[in-house]
Amino acid sequence: MRNWKILPQHEGYCLENVLQADAIEMFRKLSLIRAVQLKIEELYHHDEMKTPVHLCIGQEAIAVGVCQALKKSDYVFSNHRGHGHYLAKGGDLRAMIAELYCKETGCSHGRGGSMHLVDVDAGLPGSSSIVAGGIPLAVGAAFSSSRKETGLVSVAFFGDGAADEGVLYESINFAVLEKLPVLFVCENNFYAVCSPIFGRHAHDGIFKRFMGMGIPCHKVDGTNVLEVYKLFRKLAADARSGDGPAFIECPAYRWRGHSGAGSDVNMGYRSQDELDLWAKRCPVESYRDFLLNKGVITVTELKNINEKVDSDIEAAFIYAQKSALPAGNDLMKWLFSYGKG
Amino acid sequence: MPWTKVLVEKQEAILDEHHGEGQRILGYADSIREAFLQALDNDPNVYIMGQGVDDPTGMFGTTLGLHQQFGRKRVFDTPLSENALMGMAVGSAITGMRPIYMHNRPDFLLLTMDQIVNHASKWRYMFGGHGQVPLVIWAVIGRGWGSGAQHSQALQGFFMHIPGLRLVMPSTAYDAKGLLLESIADDNPVIILEHRWLLKRRGYVPKEMYRIPFGKGIVRRTGSHVTIAGVSQMIVEAQQAAEELAKAGIEAEVLDFRTLKPLDKELLFHSLAKTGRLVLVDNGWKTAGITAEICALIVEEGLDLLRAPVKRVTCPDIPTPAGYTLEAAFYPGQKQIQEAVQQLMNL
Repeated sequence: MRNWKILPQHEGYCLENVLQADAIEMFRKLSLIRAVQLKIEELYHHDEMKTPVHLCIGQEAIAVGVCQALKKSDYVFSNHRGHGHYLAKGGDLRAMIAELYCKETGCSHGRGGSMHLVDVDAGLPGSSSIVAGGIPLAVGAAFSSSRKETGLVSVAFFGDGAADEGVLYESINFAVLEKLPVLFVCENNFYAVCSPIFGRHAHDGIFKRFMGMGIPCHKVDGTNVLEVYKLFRKLAADARSGDGPAFIECPAYRWRGHSGAGSDVNMGYRSQDELDLWAKRCPVESYRDFLLNKGVITVTELKNINEKVDSDIEAAFIYAQKSALPAGNDLMKWLFSYGKG
Repeated sequence: MPWTKVLVEKQEAILDEHHGEGQRILGYADSIREAFLQALDNDPNVYIMGQGVDDPTGMFGTTLGLHQQFGRKRVFDTPLSENALMGMAVGSAITGMRPIYMHNRPDFLLLTMDQIVNHASKWRYMFGGHGQVPLVIWAVIGRGWGSGAQHSQALQGFFMHIPGLRLVMPSTAYDAKGLLLESIADDNPVIILEHRWLLKRRGYVPKEMYRIPFGKGIVRRTGSHVTIAGVSQMIVEAQQAAEELAKAGIEAEVLDFRTLKPLDKELLFHSLAKTGRLVLVDNGWKTAGITAEICALIVEEGLDLLRAPVKRVTCPDIPTPAGYTLEAAFYPGQKQIQEAVQQLMNL
């Protein structure tokens, strides 16, 4: 096995030029996303959420940092591992959980499942579970923004597996050519299902690949929410003002298996040591400790945030469990739109 | 809502492309160009892209000069990156644009199948009605001059299989314009497969904008002995065959479906109720192709209408050969249709 040094240097947290309200909101979202996923994991074995879930535990800071830098109406195109993106962008929690229960009240009315979350009002036009499939869609939304001059920024979230797909290169070329306001966010979690990155890539550094294509390329620690936020705040502003696209690689570790509940270390394709190394860099707990130590947040405020998160989640699960299932005679609904422009 | 105001064709009014004296006759490619021009004028969200749409030949003349008239923001050449550009078109459609993505050959649509099949066709359903994809995909089936295996594929059978798509195959200049405007107005992904040999034809085309509704076939020639049904360039072959057959006293009804998805099965059953005999024609492959699907429909819903087995006149299940002697053997046409009809009449 190749000696693959994957744990990035942690630069520490720095609140310079970050509003306190933003700093606290990012903590709230990190807590929410983590707690929602732990709850899904806890209840998954009941077999009531009959949909393949792809947990993003360990990667929350990317979604939160990026989305905190966006406007509500900016576009985010997510993927199969999309719970974090959806919640970070402000997607409706109850509709998401109901979708996991395949209920009519779900965000996709039970037609999409966990991999196809949508909340148009929150700037989430949809999520593709075809690896790299959402990337050109995000370019298309940026094209709309550019042609309609709405000033909206579009974000494509994808993993290191998507970097193996040719459509990424095609998409970047067109976005550069048309100077489109789209940010290509590669969440490098080092595994495509069970295939480690060193078995798929001949060379380290995904972000370096695109440097000859006329696009600014960055790498930022995907476990450091403040660094992610600050970088994307700048990149979103640049894109909005007409500077065109940017590519950003964000390394972070997938704590759980590719899909379903629990760790998959017992499968043997990765080691407990590797997981432990990254678990020490928990993007939620390290940020919480930082905020407490700096006095940005008090113990009481922290407790209030967590209680609110927990009660919202509890309410969302009850709502989802009590909601009605889609009726079989509505099977054919929504194949076509019957409107005309 | 600029598209709700466009006149919808009353089917009875138009029976063939030579409609009345003094009517305007226009070339097939010019009628497409006129539809594009009017669509661009009608709706600022419409845009046209594709490799070569602004080149000196203007995509067989269908886009000639449009980039100069409307500017390159609305009519533009693209990199060859077919899959990304298809996804780009889909993404822009989801967010309010009405893209028209043009391809010289359907063969290159195979590079875009991920975006057509996995994304565009499923988007609305997959998200429970949240969002729609008003996208037009336009491509021209090639034939002849050694176009060969990778520049002449007629892939309508592929696309007919996919739920969530509209599939349009016009045969006249009149239909080319009316179906194109309907496709642009429609809020769903539409694939229009044109045929290169039709682009030089001429016919009656009204000046104003008009839409031909999907799923409304048309009887091109009435007859009582046998029905010949299909789409696109094979309708021209069928009409010629019908004229020859008439000399031998066989009156064939020629039925043009115009759109394969949705398919006007009522019109077919109505014709079969009269003739009881059917020759299905297609310039695509036989196995699991459009003629296979139509046969299955009849077996399920209209078997009692048949007085004889169905005949299928299609390309054989092989790649298109390049050499012209083999090409001639590969493509079915008027002669094969006549033979099929005569065999049916002798049964």
